[in-house]
Amino acid sequence: MTVAEEKPPVDVDTVDLDFIQMIKKTGGPNIQSCYQCGTCSGSCPAGARTNYLVRGIIRKALLGLKKEVISAPELWYCTTCYMCTDRCPQDVKPTDVIKAIRNVAVEEGYMLKPHQDVAKKVLEAGHAVPLDKDTWSALRQKSGLEPLPPNGSSNPKVAEEIRKMAKKSGFDKLIGYSDTPPPAEKKEK
Amino acid sequence: MSKRPAYYHFLGCIIPHRYPSIEKAAKLVFNDLGIDLLDMVGASCCPAPGVFGSFDRVMWATIAARNLTIAEQGGHPLTTGCNGCFASLWDANHELKEDEELRAAVNRNLAEIGREFKGTTEVTHYIDVLYGVAGMQKLKEHVTHPFTGVRMALHPGCHWMRPALVKKKDNSERPHIFREICEATGAKYVHYKDELMCCGAGGAVRTADVKIALEFTKQKFDSILAAGGADVIVTPCPFCLLQLDMGQVEIQKIFGVEYKFDVMHVAELLALAFGHQPEEFGLASHLQYAQRKTEPNWQRLKLRAKATA
Ligand code: SF4
Ligand code: SF4
Repeated sequence: MTVAEEKPPVDVDTVDLDFIQMIKKTGGPNIQSCYQCGTCSGSCPAGARTNYLVRGIIRKALLGLKKEVISAPELWYCTTCYMCTDRCPQDVKPTDVIKAIRNVAVEEGYMLKPHQDVAKKVLEAGHAVPLDKDTWSALRQKSGLEPLPPNGSSNPKVAEEIRKMAKKSGFDKLIGYSDTPPPAEKKEK
Repeated sequence: MSKRPAYYHFLGCIIPHRYPSIEKAAKLVFNDLGIDLLDMVGASCCPAPGVFGSFDRVMWATIAARNLTIAEQGGHPLTTGCNGCFASLWDANHELKEDEELRAAVNRNLAEIGREFKGTTEVTHYIDVLYGVAGMQKLKEHVTHPFTGVRMALHPGCHWMRPALVKKKDNSERPHIFREICEATGAKYVHYKDELMCCGAGGAVRTADVKIALEFTKQKFDSILAAGGADVIVTPCPFCLLQLDMGQVEIQKIFGVEYKFDVMHVAELLALAFGHQPEEFGLASHLQYAQRKTEPNWQRLKLRAKATA
C-alpha cells in the first residue's frame, strides 16, 4: 500500500488535457462522464484478484496523471470482458477507455514483449497463432481436413499484404518488426 | 425459397491451427442444416482483438477490414465460430461504418494493397446462424442422439453478446440464446454462479500473465463443482475452449489441482447430437487429451463410441 503523504497533491488546474483528448480520440470518447460510482470495479473479475482498479485508472487519467497510468503493469490485466461497460450507469465504456489508454501506452513505448511477439507473428505468418509445426497439420488430418487451411497458412501473399500495410502505417516500427528475419530472431534468443 | 443460405467461413487461427475438430464439426452441422460454408481464401488472423485492439486501433481495424473486403468482393456475409474473431470483425465492421475518420485512415492503408472497405458485408457468429437462420425447430429436428442425462455447464464467453447495447444480441445479464441452442441436444443445463464470468484468456491477459488468466478459469471450475459438477462444459469460442481445455493441464502444473472436465465447442456438441461419430471430426484431438494422454470420458458423455485415439 502506498501512503498518502508520499505523494504530492494533484493540482487540478494544471491537468494534462492532452492525455484526455488522446484517450477520447483513440476510442474512449465518454471518459469525462465518469462520476466514480465504482460499479465498474465492483463488476470486474480482473480487479477481484489483482491490484487492477479500473475506476482508479479512469480517475487518474482524468487528473492527467499520464505517466503513472500508462506505465502501470496492471493496465494489462483487463480481459476486455465488457462486464463494466454493460453496467456503467454513465455509458463511460470503461473497456474501450482502457484499450485507448493502452494504445497511448504502446505509442509511448510501454508494451510487453510477449504481446510484441504476437503482433510480429501476424506480420510474419498472417496469423497470431500460426500453423508452425507438422503436428498441427497432422491434427487437421485426424479431424478429416486438408493439412493446410485456406487462409494465410497456405498463401504467403496474405502476410505479404499485411506487412505492406504495416509499413505504410508505421505499425512495423511501433512493434519493432524488421523484414529481414535474423534481427527479429536474434532479439528473442 | 429453396436457395441455400451461404456464408464465408472465417476460420481465424485457433480453430484451424489448434482445434481443427471444431472446423470439421461446423462443416458437418451446417451441411446437415442445408447451409453452405464457403472457403474464405486469403483470410488472415482477425486480428487478435486483445493485442491489436490494445496496441493500435487503426492497424487493428485495417487488418480486420482486409478480411471484410474478401467477403465484400465475394458478395456473401461471413460467419465465425470464435468469439474473438467475432469481436474483431463485427466491431471493426460496425466502427468503420460509423467513424469516418477511422474509415479514411483504414482505407489509406488498404489502398496500399489495392483494397477498399465499402461497408457492404455482414459479420455473424455460428450462434446467429444456428438460432436465426436455421432456427430452433430445425435444430431439434436434426437431433438423433439426444444427450439425455448428461449434465452440461455453459461458458457463453463475452464477445458475442457484449457490449450488449452495441451488439444487441441477447440480455447479457440473463442470456438465453446460447443456452437454448445447447439445450436442443437434450443435455441438462446446470446453472453455476460464475457462468457469465470471463474465462480469463481475453484482452491479451493470457499472453501477459498465464497464471492470472488461469485464476479466472479455476474460479469457474470451482463454481461448477459447487453447483454439483458437470459432465461437459460447452462454449461457442475456441479461445475460451483452449483456456478451459488446455487450462486444466496448466492449472495442474501451476496450482497442483486436478480438474477433469470434457470441454466441447457448441459445433462439436451439435455434430454429436446430430448423430455424427466423434471420430468423424476428431473430438479426441483436443489438446488436453494429447497432453494428458487421456481420452474423452466416453461413458460419462453417453457416447459409447469405441475408444480410438
Ligand atoms: S461504472 Fe462508469 S461512472 Fe461508475 S466509476 Fe466506473 S466508469 Fe465511472
Ligand atoms: S472489461 Fe476489463 S475493466 Fe471491465 S470488468 Fe472486464 S476485466 Fe474489468
